[in-house]
Amino acid sequence: MAFAAFGSTAGPVEQAPRRRSWVALVLLLPGLAYLALFFLTPLVSLVLTSFQEPVEFGDVGQFQQAFKIENYATVIEAYWPHFLRAFGYAIVATIAALLIGYPLAYFIGVKCRSKPLLQAMLLTLVIAPFFISFLLRTLAWKQLMADDTPLVQALKSLSVLPADGHLTGTAFSVIFGLTYNFLPFMTLPIYTTLERLDTRYLEAGADLYASPATTFWKVTLPLSLPGIVSGTLLTFIPASGDYINASSSFLGSAQTQMVGNAIEANFLGLLNYPEAAALSVILMGLILVIVGIYVRRTGTEDLL
Amino acid sequence: MTRQLPQDPIVRELVVQARRMQFSRRNILQGAGIGAGALALAACAPTSAGAPKPAEDISATDKTLTWSNWPAYIDEDDDGNYPTLVRFQDQTGISVEYKVDIDDNNTYYGTIKDQLALGQFTGADTFCLTEWMVARLIRFGYVQDLDAANIPNKKNLAPALLNPDFDPGRAKSLPWQNGFAGLAWNTEEIPAGIKSVDDLWKPALKGKVTVLSEMRDTMGILLLSQGVDISSEDWGTDEYQAAIAVLEENVASGQIFGIKGNEYMQDFVSGDAIAAIAWSGDITVLNAEAGYEKWKFALPETGGTLWGDTFVVPMGSPRKANAETLMNYYYEPEVAAEVAAWVNYITPVVGAKEVAAEKFPEVADNQLIFPDADTLSNAHIFRTLDSADDQAFNAEFQRVKLGA
Repeated sequence: MAFAAFGSTAGPVEQAPRRRSWVALVLLLPGLAYLALFFLTPLVSLVLTSFQEPVEFGDVGQFQQAFKIENYATVIEAYWPHFLRAFGYAIVATIAALLIGYPLAYFIGVKCRSKPLLQAMLLTLVIAPFFISFLLRTLAWKQLMADDTPLVQALKSLSVLPADGHLTGTAFSVIFGLTYNFLPFMTLPIYTTLERLDTRYLEAGADLYASPATTFWKVTLPLSLPGIVSGTLLTFIPASGDYINASSSFLGSAQTQMVGNAIEANFLGLLNYPEAAALSVILMGLILVIVGIYVRRTGTEDLL
Repeated sequence: MTRQLPQDPIVRELVVQARRMQFSRRNILQGAGIGAGALALAACAPTSAGAPKPAEDISATDKTLTWSNWPAYIDEDDDGNYPTLVRFQDQTGISVEYKVDIDDNNTYYGTIKDQLALGQFTGADTFCLTEWMVARLIRFGYVQDLDAANIPNKKNLAPALLNPDFDPGRAKSLPWQNGFAGLAWNTEEIPAGIKSVDDLWKPALKGKVTVLSEMRDTMGILLLSQGVDISSEDWGTDEYQAAIAVLEENVASGQIFGIKGNEYMQDFVSGDAIAAIAWSGDITVLNAEAGYEKWKFALPETGGTLWGDTFVVPMGSPRKANAETLMNYYYEPEVAAEVAAWVNYITPVVGAKEVAAEKFPEVADNQLIFPDADTLSNAHIFRTLDSADDQAFNAEFQRVKLGA
């Protein structure tokens, strides 16, 4: 509903049909079947798996259905630092993406309005990274931040980094990677709201003796809040479950593993499906709670 | 649910509709129906029930074969063709689809395990996995017996490899390539070289060391450095814990930069790592790319590990005889020598060295490709773990890999 509300600037209200028509139901059917098959079924399977227990005297990867709720306690005890790290990194990356993405979106959406060609080109640049595989781009950053590169050498000679310091494999590089990879998801929704910003409001603010800063806080920011909310959600949710950036093969190290890495290791490395499923269910639940609180706090009601 | 309705007309309408939907009994029933359907579907996920049976062999009429293997693991020319495989197809008329889709034993197993358990076709008639994984496949009854009559060249198998504990006489498996895990280092940064595992923990190398994510290679080398004979049965959890403590300490202190698969090669090139527990063939490839011997590989004084990747035919494959024809072909010394000279790993085929001495003299003396008895005596095979140890040791290793 929160998302539906973002699109509510549309014109006249259309009257919802009073009677349920069969056509609508038939049209809905493929969608419902799709949801049942590819969302509901895996979800049920995931929850069921999270309660499984190892077969007695069984072999690697052999489990049977049970109601072993201890799986949840086990994974929370073993992996709480990974949860903390995941949400910590995701929050910092989201804030960083907002600080970078908002001015970018403002520039493209408001300042470049009179030059449609430039605007289109800049937008293309924002989306351009998507034309190259996400994995390749992350690997490229790993190479750019490697120890022998001019960047790291310069940081060391400026004493920003200690002589035996690294960039790769640190919290910094992981958060950097998350911010970089999800920046377009932040920029584009903010752009769409700012692009429709009525600049006459800003003029009105100036006419009423508000400083540019006050106008921004009182007018521009509230008007672009729907974009910020969807942008932060689109960044935070995938970032907190991400396991590529933090993986040792990419920008992370053993000190930066997030909960996504723990899920991957349990699913693929250990074939410990119940614990992996329990981790996934907890992650999903925590994200739902965090997002729910966030959407409430930013007040979708206020936005309307 | 009796909250006040929102002011906005659209949202108001949405909320009203949503409530109407919520309280319709029929909808609740429908929802329950979908939920039950989902449950039924979820229950379809296969569970291991009885050992699968071999598929009926249609090789006589179906002259095709699908072979899955690891990257850079067969001779390849500049156009991306596989010369030995092309000749095999010309000779036998069997057309082979060679798939490079294995990059990790666990991941590959994870993707095909349901088909394996049901005895269905997995997408490959034969594949080459590492021996510990092959041991598991044999233990589970997932692979077919090989017909020695179809593989006369099996006589060329190195005698030392004929009787592994998991498959005496090689009834169900046949080695593809073997290789060493040992120590590798950058000769420019570390001219003195690395002789023992302890050298990796020197302060000068802090944050510049990587170790392999293959548990048996890394832990095997650490266990050997503590005087444990990893091939024998007389070690267990205590010895393993002592070795994992060393790994954990060096990961926690930042001495070890990462626990990695083949990606450590990138770290060597970029300079992020200058010393590693590594695979022998990789270092030869890196040096070939650099154009000179920038990196060196050696077995530690306390010993390195010898691993092997092995052909198996899963139960679901209906083209076992074709697979056997393929194995037989690759056990001809001429063919084996050609592959070994390209992939830089140890061929299990006796006689390949003599062929290589004639045709590829530059590799015939390479101890990493054609090791002599002296070199081999310092390389050890990790013993097959029983299921409980396998799971416990892997869990410990993954725990260290994930940090705290």
